Amino acid sequence: MYDIKALYEAESVPHAVQLLVEHPEAQIIAGGSDVLVQIREGKRAGKELVSIYGLDELRGVSCEEDGALRIGSLTSFSHIARAPLIQEHIKVLGEAVDMVGGPQIRNIGTIGGNTCNGVTSADSASTLFAWDAIVEITGPEGVRRMPIQAFYIKAGQVNLRPGELQTAIIIPKAAYEGYKGHYIKYAMRNAMDIATIGCSVNVKLSADKQTMEDVRIAYGVAGPIPMRAVHAEERAKGRPVAGEEVRAAARAVLEDIHPRDSWRAAKDFREHIAVVLAERGLREAIRLSGGEIHA
Amino acid sequence: MPNQYKLVSCTINGKKVEKMVDVRASLTDMLRNDFRLTSVKKGCEVGECGACNVLINGETFNSCIYLAVWADGKEIVTLEGLAGPNGELSDIQQAFIDEAAVQCGFCTPGFVMSAAELLAAGREFSDDEIRKMLSGHLCRCTGYENIFRAVKKTMLRRLGKNAEADAV
Repeated sequence: MYDIKALYEAESVPHAVQLLVEHPEAQIIAGGSDVLVQIREGKRAGKELVSIYGLDELRGVSCEEDGALRIGSLTSFSHIARAPLIQEHIKVLGEAVDMVGGPQIRNIGTIGGNTCNGVTSADSASTLFAWDAIVEITGPEGVRRMPIQAFYIKAGQVNLRPGELQTAIIIPKAAYEGYKGHYIKYAMRNAMDIATIGCSVNVKLSADKQTMEDVRIAYGVAGPIPMRAVHAEERAKGRPVAGEEVRAAARAVLEDIHPRDSWRAAKDFREHIAVVLAERGLREAIRLSGGEIHA
Repeated sequence: MPNQYKLVSCTINGKKVEKMVDVRASLTDMLRNDFRLTSVKKGCEVGECGACNVLINGETFNSCIYLAVWADGKEIVTLEGLAGPNGELSDIQQAFIDEAAVQCGFCTPGFVMSAAELLAAGREFSDDEIRKMLSGHLCRCTGYENIFRAVKKTMLRRLGKNAEADAV
């Protein structure tokens, strides 16, 4: 038995908002692979829960009228990885969420839970940062949208007001059209492990494949929340597709990231890995875009 | 606050059932205590070891981190559901025995259910894919190789590739 004070099951999104307003102390449970484990640990023991797991309306990947990809917040990692729209337009997101935990965790874990948990190591988060994802939140005052960077406030805390729940993650068409990306999770094991550091890179090449028109580099575990490496991006943007440019951009990530020492890895090690991953990620993203790096 | 209960209607191993369950119960609790399906092992109880793995609507889930009330309307299969009407072992169970993929047996039901999902796909997976699909389980006895062989052989046999299976 879990130490749960009370469980309220939402039957629709408006019902979930109503339950959250009626029970201001209640916490949201989606798939539960974080929440239930934390109840077991005692961290969240004895709380009221509003379960949104039954809300099938929040599942699935679809294309909005303006071409934006809409991922329902309760879509499981395994369903995201298999979704044809994801494979076609943001393959790297499918690859990133396919590295979460193990198969059973990917069947229960949701992208909404992964982001609302507010942890820096979430495998989906760095890729969502790298693709300028928009977070859709529904609450008593209706729907609001914000860039994912504004959604993360600090470690373990996201921008959800009382009565609100995350209902979708949206990737605008301008953010994915013409881009190719690559995610590298550096961890000790291939499965059931948390990233020591994660790096998601995407690039848009010029028509002749000679110039990096746009580069986006994002990290998990390089700071208290997922982040973009803006200096490194600026260093790379508009530069020719060349080995020295890629290396210079990768080195510039050190101006952006501030990892810490933890029992998983030392700060110095994380910095070293961050540079290596940025270079490898950028090289692979360029290759996927049809570019060729000389030297 | 008084204990909360909810009526859960679901299908377990092909049989329609109904049960009042405590909302605090995990699916592991429900399957073991209410239905005596003791193949569903209580291991780590935090979704890491895979010993409590069952199929829900054809996908694998660690039942220890799945609330029993969520089972409402779902189709659940445990290891007991793989055997025939008189307890005849299924091919995958027999393969685990033949390959000595069982020692203490605690992880076995979980592994077999992941194998069941893999086999239900009805296609051939690469060695890397099989290893990845089995990666949500911890076994401290066999060292995994025998388990891998049992799954691979069964996959090949179901696809009619007996000679290849024998060569594994």
